[in-house]
Order: sequence, then C-alpha cells, then structure tokens
Amino acid sequence: MGATQTQVPPADSLSAKLPDETLVGWLKDMILIREFELRTMAAYQQAKIGGFCHVYIGQEPVVVGTFAALQHADPIVTAYRDHGHALARGMHPNACMAEMYGKLPGCAKGKGGSMHMFDKPNNLFGGHGIVGAQTPLGLGLAFAARYENEVIGEAINYNQDAPAKRVALVFLGDGAMNQGAFHEALNLSNLPGQLRSPIIFIVENNKYSMGTSIDRGTTMAHDMKVKADAYGIDYLETEAFDITRLYDDFKPFADACREEQKPGFVNLHCYRYQGHSMSDPQKYREKTEVEEYQGNDAIDNLTHHLVNERKALTEDDVKTIRKDAKDVSKEAQKFAEEAPEPSIEGELYSDVYANIQPNLSPMDHYRHGSTNALLED
Amino acid sequence: MASLTLVQAINLALIQEMEADDRVLILGEDVGKNGGVFRVTEGLHERFGAKRVVDTPLAESGIMGSAIGLAMGGLRPIPEIQFEGFMGPAYDQLTNHAARYRSRSRGSITIPMTVRVPVGGGIHAPELHSDSPEAIYAHTPGLKVVMPSSPYDAKGLLISAIRDPDPVVFFEPKRIYRSFREEVPEDEYTVPIGKAKIVEEGSDLTVVTWGASTVQCIEAMDSLPEDLSVELIDLRTIYPWDEETVVESVNKTGRCVIVHEAPKTAGFGAEVATVIQERCFLKLQAPVQRVAGFDTVMPYYKLELEYLPDAARIGKGILECAAY
Repeated sequence: MGATQTQVPPADSLSAKLPDETLVGWLKDMILIREFELRTMAAYQQAKIGGFCHVYIGQEPVVVGTFAALQHADPIVTAYRDHGHALARGMHPNACMAEMYGKLPGCAKGKGGSMHMFDKPNNLFGGHGIVGAQTPLGLGLAFAARYENEVIGEAINYNQDAPAKRVALVFLGDGAMNQGAFHEALNLSNLPGQLRSPIIFIVENNKYSMGTSIDRGTTMAHDMKVKADAYGIDYLETEAFDITRLYDDFKPFADACREEQKPGFVNLHCYRYQGHSMSDPQKYREKTEVEEYQGNDAIDNLTHHLVNERKALTEDDVKTIRKDAKDVSKEAQKFAEEAPEPSIEGELYSDVYANIQPNLSPMDHYRHGSTNALLED
Repeated sequence: MASLTLVQAINLALIQEMEADDRVLILGEDVGKNGGVFRVTEGLHERFGAKRVVDTPLAESGIMGSAIGLAMGGLRPIPEIQFEGFMGPAYDQLTNHAARYRSRSRGSITIPMTVRVPVGGGIHAPELHSDSPEAIYAHTPGLKVVMPSSPYDAKGLLISAIRDPDPVVFFEPKRIYRSFREEVPEDEYTVPIGKAKIVEEGSDLTVVTWGASTVQCIEAMDSLPEDLSVELIDLRTIYPWDEETVVESVNKTGRCVIVHEAPKTAGFGAEVATVIQERCFLKLQAPVQRVAGFDTVMPYYKLELEYLPDAARIGKGILECAAY
C-alpha cells in the first residue's frame, strides 16, 4: 500500500468541491495532532507525564474528517484516546499538554489527565476511561439536544447561534462492541417516540482493543453491520486512510441523522501505529503489519493529493506546515513544564461539590486527628 | 394543607418542580404509562406527555448513563431505578461518571440529577428488593445521599434535591410509602440537604437514625420508662450528614444509640459512631451502641422481621446504653 494507491476524489464528490484552504486546513490539523502526540510520547518517556497515556498517531483523520462534517454546537464524547479529539475540537495545545502534566492551566486544572479531556466551550464532553461506558452519555446529550429544541424551544446550554437540529457524536473503540452499556444505548437510541435521538456511534475500528484483536474479542467482527441491523440503525462503513473519502461518505450520513433526528452507526476502519498505551509490548501484531499501514498514511495521502493533484501546496509549503506544528507542540510542552502546580489548598478538595463540604478539607479536624480539638488539651 | 402519604408527597413535589422548570424530566422503567412500580409517578405521563415522562426498557446502565448525558446537556433529569438492588447495573455510570464530572472538568460540567430509588425492607419482598445500600453511595465523593422518613420531609427534600447543583441519590423507604399520612403544605417548600431533624428532644440519651427506622424508633420510645429522656435525631441526609446536630446532642446526653436497617459492619452507623468518639470522647458516659441489620443477605419475608431492627430491639439497646 502507498500514497499512489489512493484514488483522486471524483470531480462531483463533496470534497472535490471544497476550496483548497479547507483541505489544507485538514492537513494542518492532522499534522498538528501527529506532532503533538510525538511530543507527548517524548514527555511521557521522560516521566514528565504521569498516569497512563494513549496517543492518537495514525488515527488523526478520524476526528479531523468527521468534525469537518459537523457543527461546532454538536456535542461530542469519546473514550480515553482523546488528545486528538480535544485538539481537533479547538482546545489549545497548551491546555491539553498542561492537563497531561497535571498542571493548573490544564483544561481541567490537571485534575483529569490524559484520559479525561473536557472542553465545554467546544462542546467536548469528555474522554472516558471505562470502555464503552460513554455510549449512554452521548445518548443523553443527543436526547437533551432534541429536548431543548422540541420541549424548551430555546438554547439553554449551547451557543445561541446553534442550529435547532443538532447531532451528537460518540466515539468508541472496537473493544466497546463487547460492553453492555453500548448495547443498551443502541437499543434506547432507536426506540420510536421515546429516547430516539440524533446520535452517531462512531466505532474507531483500529482492529485491537488493547492486545486483543477484534476477531478474538468480538463475534461477527467480519460483518459489523449486523450490530447496527440488530437495532434497526443506519450503517456506514468507511475508512480513515483517505480523508477525502471519509468526508464524502460521512457528510451525507451525518446530515441525514441531523435532519431526521435519528441514530447512525459508523464502522470506521483506521489503525493506530503506536501501542495501546505507552507500556505495550505489542506481542499481538507483527511489525510488518504496522509498516504496511504506515505506507498508507492519511497525512501522506492528503499531502500527495494537495501537492500533486490539486497543486494547492508545494513541498516547501508542507515543510512549513510541519515545522509550525512542531513549534506549536514544542511550545505546548514548554508551557506545561513551566506552568504552576496545583495547590493543596486550591485544588485537593475543590470542585467535588458546588459547595465545599466540611470534611473534604485536609485542613480541618479530619486530618488524621492531629488537629482534633480534644487532643490539643 | 392536605394529609398525604409519602408517595403522594413525592408525586406532588415532582409535579410542582416539572411545572416550574421545563428542564426537569423523568425517565425510567414503567414511570410513564404505568405510573411507576410503586405508582409514585402516577398521572405525570398524562399531565406532561411522553417527552418529559419517558418510559424506558429495563436497562439501568442505559437509564443512568442517558440521564447523566441529559444533565451534561443542561437538563435536570430524574431517573427512577425501581429497587435499590437494581442500582448494580447503574453503579458504574453513577460512581465513575456522575460523581466525578465536577472534579474531572474543574467544575465546568456538572450533573444536577436526582436519582430516585425505593429502598429498604419491610414490604415482604425478597433481597435485591429490600436492601439498604446507603453507605455505599455515602462513600462515593461527589454524590449526595438523602433518605426521608416522613411525607413532609420527603416533599421538601426532593425539591431540594431536584434544585441541587450536584447529583443526589434520593432513597425512598418503601416500608413507609403508604403506612401513615401527614399534613403537607400545598405550596412548594424546601427541607435543606445536610440538616438533621430533632424529632424529639431529650437529655439522657441520643438516638440517631434515618429512613423507615425513624418510625420504629418513635414506636420504641413509647414503651421506655417515663424518667428516661431520649433525644431522637433523624439524619434525613446520609451525606453530607449533619455532624453538628449529632455532636451537640451527644455532648449534652453523653450516650448514643445508632439505629439502621443496613448490615451492621461498615454500615453508615460506623461512621457516625467514629465521629462521636472523635468529637465527644470526653463527654461519653457509655460505649456507642448500634442496633442494626445483621451481616447477612437480606432474608426472605418469613425472617424479614427478625432481621429489621424493631421497637423491641431498639428499646433493649436504649435501655442497655442508658444503664451502662
């Protein structure tokens, strides 16, 4: 496989009609995620990022291509491989990196970390650590959007210029197919007259849930359409290796879910180049498999299209884009390293409840009894 | 003012909050057309329509997860879980999601959700339909846990819960759903979360309890010697619980008996007793006593009344503590 294998989008396709700058924007977004994640890996290996860390390298076109077909007011939830979603949704790289460093200017003051990117102004309702458990949350967001339109009749939670009809996106790994919450949400999402909701379940089918290949963990993995069919939900199968094809397939599908306020299921073939997390020996796949996918890289393919077919960019332009992305990522790391640490007084017990409860405080009499008034006598 | 059962008081609170605020909606198994397994939501489907009183299938993880998503989306959902034992499938969503979003998102995403759950024994139901798991949820930072013991408190506490900015688990003791009536004001009012109620004032001994056990304690007090002055405290909120009222009372009386339905070991009474020894140690005249359920699976109905603390057991515990 290689860049030469990709097809030039047909002249009448949706993406072919988009202006050069839109596709150049996609390339920039994908390269930024790639470079940012390379920085993330380096920082993790230097033990500057704690906890666990799952990078998005290889899957960049999934978020860039699907978000391009959405409105900013459409709510999104995802799983724990979420840095790409945050950046593509508009989170500042500094806030994203600082969050992983556990630092105060992180998107959640360093309280969430790598797996829990929240960005309410950008309608990103979190990365989530329990596989598949985010699915019903997305359903609730979709139902809330419909409820807001149909019952309340005015915007309560989103930008006032949000479209009346919104659609929610839930991103899942292929491993989520095996979880109960996923199936409950699919069933609920298409119940006529009840919770039927404008929600698109996007399965980022990268072939592996941690070290278990989809064939070993999921029945009927060779024919995922049956899972959507079981709930009467519209099905789309597409791939991320060519972002123009992804956009061309996904845009009309998403538009229909929005317009008809109905659910959809997308089996989106993609591939992660790195391990599941930063400590994955990758015994479950051959190096040659990874190399084969790397030879059909979406960034390379779009670069080829923009340079050789659209002639919208020169090779030098691409070098500049890559350098800019490196600089932004480097700056993000510098920002995170220099950012202030969270304080015990400020962050240890705040934001657990709207009002601080007395025994949440490490400063009061609950501190191992050491400030118990009875012991001071 | 009308004389209402606890079920009717909750039903009234739901109607009034739904009328006052379009963002309030109910979802759960049979809450709509059927009016709920205990008929708590009777009439609401007709009144507010299927979009605001949403019938769902039996799928607790999906119900709880969807409700959390609704709250993230700016609404004020009230999911109903039919019995406390059915919280199991929803536990992941409640504790790993709802309880943590305020913290995880530095307060930008909050979950103003009230989970209504019938709780406890005494209605001749089997286990999973008679349990008292309040300590589990009180042990989950980010959740509030409420359990009323009377129709008046039920209405006021439920309105507080619905208006609360954080997720509240609202346990409704089934045993007293219809067992007695009480005058309940027609107008809306709130009973604050986190504030206990001194049901009866006294000076010799403090009894701390909550939920349906409050009624058993009142009954027990009727048969105590007249010269024994007992102060009865109904916590009403299990978390954040009203330490000050309890500590003040025990510092006054020097003796305390804690009564609850849940198994004794690691029940919420253990927390109350610990705080009493931390804060009332020098005033204590006797060891803190617990009259609680046994450390066993909730028995089937033939032995149910042996398990539940009744007036006789509570009275015995009080007399032992008083005589120490």
